[in-house]
Amino acid sequence: MTNTAYNTERRMDELDRIPDQTVIPWSVAFSVSWGSLRRRFFRSLITMAGVILAIAFLTYMLVTDDVTNALILVNQDQLNILLQKADVDIIAATGTDKRMMLLIGLSLFTCLVGIINSMLMSVTERIREIGTMKCLGALSTFILKIYFIESALQGVIGTLIGLLVGFVVGFGISVHSFHGYVWQYLPVVEILKSLGISAVIGALISVVAAIAPAQWASAKEPVDAMRVEQ
Amino acid sequence: MTSEPIIRTVNISKIYKIGEEELYALRDVSLEIRRNEYVSIMGPSGSGKSTFFNMVGALDKPSKGDVFMAGYRLTDLSPSQLAWVRCHNIGYVFQSFNLIPTMTALENVAIARIFSGRTPSEARKDAAEALGQVGLSDRLEHVPGALSGGQQQRVAIARAIVNKPSIILADEPTGNLDLHTGEEIIKLLSDMKTNFGITIITATHDTKMLSASDTVVWIKDGRVDRVAARSDVKIEVGSIDGSTLA
Repeated sequence: MTNTAYNTERRMDELDRIPDQTVIPWSVAFSVSWGSLRRRFFRSLITMAGVILAIAFLTYMLVTDDVTNALILVNQDQLNILLQKADVDIIAATGTDKRMMLLIGLSLFTCLVGIINSMLMSVTERIREIGTMKCLGALSTFILKIYFIESALQGVIGTLIGLLVGFVVGFGISVHSFHGYVWQYLPVVEILKSLGISAVIGALISVVAAIAPAQWASAKEPVDAMRVEQ
Repeated sequence: MTSEPIIRTVNISKIYKIGEEELYALRDVSLEIRRNEYVSIMGPSGSGKSTFFNMVGALDKPSKGDVFMAGYRLTDLSPSQLAWVRCHNIGYVFQSFNLIPTMTALENVAIARIFSGRTPSEARKDAAEALGQVGLSDRLEHVPGALSGGQQQRVAIARAIVNKPSIILADEPTGNLDLHTGEEIIKLLSDMKTNFGITIITATHDTKMLSASDTVVWIKDGRVDRVAARSDVKIEVGSIDGSTLA
């Protein structure tokens, strides 16, 4: 006897046309990604470590550079001695030098490769999960959304921590070397500008690193979920 | 309308190309599955059973031939429409449960409901109800790792029925379970058929499955070897068991 309480919600043979699947809003995708990040905390931490280190390094370099440049411009004897003690080339040091830029660029590139790598690994680990979601009716765009949000979130959180760490270390070392002069001739605008640059670069890296793995993840076929690998 | 079988395959073949050679995983399989039928697809591994199962479940496309579901030819549907069919019309149950390990039982079921367009709070409510129907009302907040195999498979069945589909596809649902738990799962699937009128299609080589089936389909070397009604099978169960156990 068929239970009357159960009605197949939309019987295919009663439809004139099969509808398109519902598109899941970003807010729901966000809560799924957030849950997954939280429960794979250590995994996310490793991915984030790459961003944190790269952005901390960039911020540190830019902030210390801002401070020494401001102090060089003061051109005061006692301060110049301190600068020389700190190995700053008073004459040549006008702006960031090329070698440093190369070093920063390389570290950022390494970080980019690192995030892509660990996101790809996380996707590989979860191929069956992606296949299962597709069996449950997830569209490729939904998979794209959750993986994009996941790596972007790691990037943004990593960037914020990196900014803080880089700033604190860079500023701390400057205060240690040049004492009160740092406060006296504090290049507030330049430092804020440097923090802004670091934040933008961090965000860019996160987004670029998120796209490839998310694309790859969303292209997986549901039939992959059925394969038993034991 | 009711005369139209819920699934009809017409001469479907699946061909894999390995270098120059063509390998037929399935060869010209034509089969009809009626609404509210419990069908077991039997066959050793490598027989094409899983390939056939994937075609019927709208998870894979045949190289030749057509699969019709409730009169719709699946190859005519867009990816989005196929996703709709998988979401609303089919519930999947897997051998290794395939629950999402980072989600609780409730969330695992609710996500399937969310895909059908419900809000998260509506989805949780419906998920709790579905988990109640499989007897897991007291395990809502457990993650899969904290549940036994049988309980995980129950969560998977709750997930399969939460969108009230007309078909449940179960691929070796008892394959990872002990004898007793496997029987409970078969009973549960059988109840879904009896109580809710869901068509059950299982791929299996578990002879326990036979007693619950209305129809048994044997697949061998990519072809349908034999189709038998339950009444015919019962007589043979002994001999199958006898031959495999001997």
